[in-house]
Amino acid sequence: MRAKYVLAEVLVGLWRNVTMTIAMMITMTVSLSMLGASLLMYLQVEDMKEYYYSQVEVSIYLKTDVTPEQRTEIQTKLDTDELVEKVDYESKEAAYENFKKLFHDAKAMVDSVGPNEMPESFRVSLKDPTQFRAIDEGYRQLPGVQSVVDQQQLLAKVFDVLGAIQSMSLVVAAVMGIAALLLVANTIQVAAYSKRREVAVMKLVGASNWFIQMPFVLEAVFAALLGAILAGVMLVLAKVFLLDGSLAALTNLLTPVTWGDVLLMFPVLAGIGGVVSAVTAWITLRFYIRV
Amino acid sequence: MIRLDHVTKTYPKASRPSLDDVSVSIEKGDFVFFIGPSGSGKSSIIKLLLHEISPTRGKVHVNGKDVTAMRSWRIPSFRRTIGCVFQDFRLLPNKTAYENVAFALEVIGKSKAVARRIVPEVLELVGLGGKEHRYPHELSGGEQQRVAVARAFVNRPLILLADEPTGNLDPDTSIEIMRLLDRINRTGTTVVMVTHDSNIVNQMRRRVIEIEGGRIVRDQARGVYG
Repeated sequence: MRAKYVLAEVLVGLWRNVTMTIAMMITMTVSLSMLGASLLMYLQVEDMKEYYYSQVEVSIYLKTDVTPEQRTEIQTKLDTDELVEKVDYESKEAAYENFKKLFHDAKAMVDSVGPNEMPESFRVSLKDPTQFRAIDEGYRQLPGVQSVVDQQQLLAKVFDVLGAIQSMSLVVAAVMGIAALLLVANTIQVAAYSKRREVAVMKLVGASNWFIQMPFVLEAVFAALLGAILAGVMLVLAKVFLLDGSLAALTNLLTPVTWGDVLLMFPVLAGIGGVVSAVTAWITLRFYIRV
Repeated sequence: MIRLDHVTKTYPKASRPSLDDVSVSIEKGDFVFFIGPSGSGKSSIIKLLLHEISPTRGKVHVNGKDVTAMRSWRIPSFRRTIGCVFQDFRLLPNKTAYENVAFALEVIGKSKAVARRIVPEVLELVGLGGKEHRYPHELSGGEQQRVAVARAFVNRPLILLADEPTGNLDPDTSIEIMRLLDRINRTGTTVVMVTHDSNIVNQMRRRVIEIEGGRIVRDQARGVYG
């Protein structure tokens, strides 16, 4: 009986104030989908860092006029260097092959260069990727070395950009979240006002506080859950149409966003949205329904 | 049953206390009138007994419990032992007589089956048999107050508080309501009624406590309005 009574109260309450309910749900949806996107990006960046940092190398590019003696000398020094995990030599021809592969759809660019324009290089994996500076100092001055490039620094820039996008979506999520919470508080006030007679009678005859407050709190939670479901649907659509659709070329560079992660966002967003609006509703009621 | 110990109540921003060092003791089964002019503080007594307000000083005991020291989460179950009727009835306009009374049961967790059994009984007791499915606007003032009394009494409270229950009613209807309260009193329920209806007080010849300027100026068994 109680569950039925409370459920009926919730649905009637949401329907009585349907424009406000819709506004509440829209802001919740936007806020939660931004939060979800941001969380996905966070998971993504962590995955990518792990993947790329395990592969980063320091490249030691050699001058085009390097002599075989200089090359052998560098090779020997690298082989005996205790900072170094692994060394691979990439010849002009191998570099040209990689270049062709990378720019296969830009034929003019491939045609404009030959193997001789490609630099030969040593690809060095470090035991500790943070020891780049020691390598840089030890090899930059050697005869025949053109430059020492740490790929990690290039990656750091990419991750900075991703981090900035993530922060931006968090800010949007927070701003929309505040708007959503204000709407929740307002909706609860309106609901409490429109049921003030019932509430007065309930207090008079000794209905318990949770019984009086439960329908209002559930109203807010219900709207939040609907918002969370819609936000999850938005994320699914974003994966289908953006990541797997028009932005597929870009996402090949990144590690893929898995369905598991996207589906994980449903319970996460529902949990966050539900708890936050329940707490907001409950606090609002503390001010509007005094014992 | 009810005891006020040197109770003083001063509302915030008020220059003088509404109740000034009031001590009263009411036994189980008593029928007591609080009388006095408007603003004398008699309605504050009802509010104190319901724990809607707390005294500035002094203690309030109801049903052997110290109401002033009661934790807020105990107030709901405390109020289930007290029934209350008001001058303005306070019925829910979108519910029938039956639903108004049943609502009081349902919101304290009684089942619909319990309501179906005891609500018609109580409506019969207050003389509304056959009018269960009328809405408040389809009932006269006296009938609405009977619904309110039925709602207050349906939980079989130990105490019935009545705050000017006849204030909106004509003399004949008022007397009918008083007969009803008297019947309820005879079942052993303590009745505390605040009024300034001299006719009724004079006819009932029950204990009269007169308050003026927040102080008790008369406490008389089988009294008249004065």
